[in-house]
Amino acid sequence: MSSIELRSVSRWYGNVVAINDITMTMGPGVTGLLGPNGAGKSTLLHLISGFLEPSRGELTVGGAASWRNPDIYRTLGLVPERPAVYPFLTGQEFVRATARLHKLPDPDRAAERSIAIVEMAAAQDRKIATYSKGMRQRIKVAAALVHDPEVLLLDEPFNGMDPRQRLHMMDLLEALGDEGRTIVFSSHILEEVERLSGTIQVIVAGRLAASGDFRAIRRLMTSRPHVFQVRTSDDRRLGAALIGRPAVSGVEMNARGLQVKASDYGAFSREIAGLTREHGIQLRELLPEDESLESVFAYLVES
Amino acid sequence: MLSMQARTVASITLRATMGRRRALVFAIPPVILIGVSALLKIGSAERADWPSLILGSFGLAVVLPLTALIIGTSVLGAEIDDGSVVHLLATPVPRSTVVLTKFAVGTGLTMIFAAVPEFLAGLIATGGVTRLAIGLFIGALVGSVIYNAVFVMISVLTTRAIAVGLLYLLVWESLLSNVVSGVRVLSVSQYSLGIANSVARDGNLNAHLGLATAAVMGAVVTVAALVLAIRRLSAFSLKGDAV
Repeated sequence: MSSIELRSVSRWYGNVVAINDITMTMGPGVTGLLGPNGAGKSTLLHLISGFLEPSRGELTVGGAASWRNPDIYRTLGLVPERPAVYPFLTGQEFVRATARLHKLPDPDRAAERSIAIVEMAAAQDRKIATYSKGMRQRIKVAAALVHDPEVLLLDEPFNGMDPRQRLHMMDLLEALGDEGRTIVFSSHILEEVERLSGTIQVIVAGRLAASGDFRAIRRLMTSRPHVFQVRTSDDRRLGAALIGRPAVSGVEMNARGLQVKASDYGAFSREIAGLTREHGIQLRELLPEDESLESVFAYLVES
Repeated sequence: MLSMQARTVASITLRATMGRRRALVFAIPPVILIGVSALLKIGSAERADWPSLILGSFGLAVVLPLTALIIGTSVLGAEIDDGSVVHLLATPVPRSTVVLTKFAVGTGLTMIFAAVPEFLAGLIATGGVTRLAIGLFIGALVGSVIYNAVFVMISVLTTRAIAVGLLYLLVWESLLSNVVSGVRVLSVSQYSLGIANSVARDGNLNAHLGLATAAVMGAVVTVAALVLAIRRLSAFSLKGDAV
């Protein structure tokens, strides 16, 4: 099976360091590259997929360097982030054309199989120009899978997908990982990958900041402290009721209502509705305050 | 026999190039060329040497390079601009196949949209299959090849291919090659005129290069441009995160 190996890989543009001395190995199964926008996830995927030359270090896919080596695409499939796909082709024509570019012995059959995997058979005769963003993403995955690659790289595959399409894509990635393929995807939204199991590599400011399995990271996510802004029919009374709860570490009145510091995100989310009902208070607004990605990733890195 | 990969690249390129609205733009300069030739013929222009002036100074020096510019920069450049080229390059297709196929499609389309109209205009202007009409047709066919190699190369080198190509045509081909004699040996327009004149033998074509120089230099420029384009496409890089 093909694995991806990075040894002290750096990439810089002039004085700006995009990837800073990353060493990691990614093997069969699903690996998520997570980090805020601009952290270097796309740069890393471009380096792995042979679309960028490392400034320093060694990078191999299945033992072979990917830079200036088109043969690597016999075992590697890439789903780029940019939505551009030939709009004048039908989904089927696009996947078949990709199969022909791979010189597969039976391109039509390979395209049919690949389109079935992403469940796009019903829309395969429509022009790609008429596809939704989620459908485009899926047909791109079909094209990347047409030659049955051992390694599949996906750059922000969940972007622009609705929750149902996202679930479908997660199931698909999980199934492909279970088949023994090396699946690597990037994402800047932790919550969107909550159903996946596997490994997470957290990239912050071009560095590998943390790595671990999805479940451990998810536990940290749900138990991290959160700040909520709450507006109700009786903020003062709700404040008094909340302060006695173990899931709440602080309550403060402000001009916009009540600011609640929850020490346990999961417990607070479960309790708030029941508590307001119990006290006959009408809940008008509940907004998370500190959901900036930077703060979440900073918290994960510190943990 | 073309390989399966080359046929696929050619088919996508042809559909992409002809499917866009700019396909209509290709047709405008040749229609003007044929229209002007027909009008002058009907109107019996005062100067007897008008065919070589119109077909040389306008057909070969303006219509041909402009058509080649629009087509040559779009066969590969449009895909690089919108990012769809990644789908093509994330396959084991040799980069030489990509460049040479795109170049062949661009050359073929330029021949259809510029060289054939030049021949038709030549037939109209000179009243039949004359040396001038044939010479200009051959010159335009050869020019289609060289210009496309140059413009495919420019589209791999820069993301502003049309602007750079236009600047090259205006400054190098139109201005410098007419003013500085040394530049003529490096002018695609002069290669076309030189080859056209070797058949037409018409002093009004303003050709400054002989057949041998034009043919050899044209071949050298074509090969050099394509080799450079293949080398640059082999090192095609994607921009990473916003840094």
